[in-house]
Amino acid sequence: MTGAQAVIASLQAAGVEYVFGYPGGQAVKLFDALFESDITFILSRHEQAAVHEADGYARVTGKPGVVLVTSGPGATNTVTGIATAYMDSVPLVVITAQVPTTVIGTDSFQEADIFGVTLPVVKHSYLLREARELPETFAEAFHVASTGRPGPVLIDVPSDVAGQELEFTWPETVNIPSYKPTVKGNAKQVRKAAALIGEARKPLVIAGGGVVSANASEALAALVDTMQIPVVCTLMGKTALPSAHPLNLGHVGMHGSKYANEAIAQCDLLICVGTHLSDRVTGRIAHFAERARVIHIDIDPAEIGKVLPADVPIVGDVAGVLADIVEALSAQKAQPQSKDWLAELAEWKERWPFYSTAVEEGRTGIIPEDVVMELSRQLAGTRSIVTTEVGQHQMWAAQFMERETPRSFITSGGLGTMGFGFPAALGASLANPDDQVVCIAGDGSLQMNIQEMATALEAGANVKVLLMNNSALGMVHQWQTLFNNKRFMATEFSANPDFVALAAAYGWQAARVEDPSSVAAAIETMLAAEGCYLLDVVIPRDANVYPMVPPGGATADAVGAIDLAVGAVRLGLERHEVRQVGEVNEEGEGGL
Amino acid sequence: MRHVMSVLVQNKPGVLSRVTGLVSRRGFNIDSLSVAPTEDPTKSRITAVVEAEDVAYEQITKQLNKLVCVHKITDLTEDEAIERELVLFRVAVEPERRSEVIEIANVFRAKIVDVGHKSLTIEATGTQSKLAGLEELLKPYNLAEITRTGVTAITRSAK
Repeated sequence: MTGAQAVIASLQAAGVEYVFGYPGGQAVKLFDALFESDITFILSRHEQAAVHEADGYARVTGKPGVVLVTSGPGATNTVTGIATAYMDSVPLVVITAQVPTTVIGTDSFQEADIFGVTLPVVKHSYLLREARELPETFAEAFHVASTGRPGPVLIDVPSDVAGQELEFTWPETVNIPSYKPTVKGNAKQVRKAAALIGEARKPLVIAGGGVVSANASEALAALVDTMQIPVVCTLMGKTALPSAHPLNLGHVGMHGSKYANEAIAQCDLLICVGTHLSDRVTGRIAHFAERARVIHIDIDPAEIGKVLPADVPIVGDVAGVLADIVEALSAQKAQPQSKDWLAELAEWKERWPFYSTAVEEGRTGIIPEDVVMELSRQLAGTRSIVTTEVGQHQMWAAQFMERETPRSFITSGGLGTMGFGFPAALGASLANPDDQVVCIAGDGSLQMNIQEMATALEAGANVKVLLMNNSALGMVHQWQTLFNNKRFMATEFSANPDFVALAAAYGWQAARVEDPSSVAAAIETMLAAEGCYLLDVVIPRDANVYPMVPPGGATADAVGAIDLAVGAVRLGLERHEVRQVGEVNEEGEGGL
Repeated sequence: MRHVMSVLVQNKPGVLSRVTGLVSRRGFNIDSLSVAPTEDPTKSRITAVVEAEDVAYEQITKQLNKLVCVHKITDLTEDEAIERELVLFRVAVEPERRSEVIEIANVFRAKIVDVGHKSLTIEATGTQSKLAGLEELLKPYNLAEITRTGVTAITRSAK
């Protein structure tokens, strides 16, 4: 068979159902080989969106998403998508066509060194030189993408290689001597961790995206249930435990609840599970978990000790390590000692709620938090996936969207890619066609990949878009409100399209809601609709996400938390307005 | 602190840029670099000298170890390693003082590898401190050009 046929045969051997992408000159042979295969090809309207679609598919299934694009601009358009997947450890195999090997390096038409361009944002990459390397390369690529800490792998396929003949045999096993991720946690470290957990009075777990990607939610629940350890979740770790789990304190970090951040400040033992401790989580690192000893569990040794020194580092698959710790705890007959701690946390939760109707009195228009809570109520108990774009709506979703199952909340955490959520919803919907898939979007983000409305319809996807429309880039607008004396530079749109008419032009169903009392019914109509539906929810520009840890600040510096003990007010808003973004604090750490 | 980092890698295209790119991306400067295949032609050895505090150095090595193309990283900074570098000096010395230069070269067990009308070329190998000493002595004789290979290193045999 030809190299192109071998590419498709490799994808079939790897069990690929969907390929997302966009054709082009150098990719013609590859696309021709797809013609006869049973793989479904999803034709996006932009290569960046194709990668996000494959990414959404990968995040909800745990299987690698596959992308096929042409050379040059087709390849460079994938870069943001690849970087997004890299930052959030999502398995992808991205196949880029390349100009023939004979003209590589001559600036030929649609030539780009995509291997070089993507080096910093891939887990691994290949430039094929000969067709006979092809089966092994593809087998390796799928193996590397989906084992250890998952990530994107790129394969650049010159068009002459796609035309070469080869004998195709799919390797049954993959053996890369220089790539052997550590899966089993060190037994001694596991015992040390169990000993620390056994004696902790104020233990706390911080669960990251690694819990979700390692399918470790049950193992985590087993540990925290046995030892009665409360859990805070990072943005990527949102579905690590069901939102309704009694020990789940929810979202932590820059827009986390005051009680979750306070739990980190006060705990005596912090168990970091599958998290890289982003600056968006820790705030000023010098004041993060100051009173705590630290256990850090991660499949990636480089994450341990990177920003926070660990007393007990454990490298390994988090599901296995958590199970080993539970076993060690049972061997030492450890008993939970967190009763007083849990009582204290329950008090904080009462005192500093995320939301209080009393505080919201006097606000006009639709309150964004109410919209998210209403969607959450209506989705409760159904099989559903929520994706988000990036910005204020994303943080409200993180705060108020209740989720029950792992992989049911999809968001760009690390790179914060606007334009991710909508195509990701499309990929998620193809993977789980029976689930209700809702993308919570902002009007800024949605317009970064709005052309995928056509893709969605063509692919027969069933996607709902809940557009939180404030005709502004809300999060930056919020920073300008708080830190730049309301100098709104480049954050207000004066000529947004009529999104309902636009959706209709794409063949979507759509409606607009401006009256707070109509929100619930509008969401109900959206969720009941067959096929794609956009709901344009008009929200005020001046709504801010609270609480907020000021950039560069410690979590204790958070402003805007509600404190019911001093009356229904948001704390600290006045004192903060003078602080400038980017200010260097006394420890010399930069601002942003 | 100065570290001599010996990185055993797959002998494949793009591996060098992957390794050096990662080091510079994480904010470190490579002071010197030498690369060549090993006794096993499928593997190459990159010897790089970097300046980094211990915690930062540990982070670089952890990040490098994550690369699929990296087999193994050894820190050859310790006393248990032999370090060598090769330097070529072009000395534009006037003919009447050439013998002095040759004498200096002999003391350092360096070789004269080329002689012309206006200059002679010396090849020297050794540790960086020995080579620095030689360079210092050659300076007064009009040192026109220096080229060096960068450090390579190997662990000492077990005694």
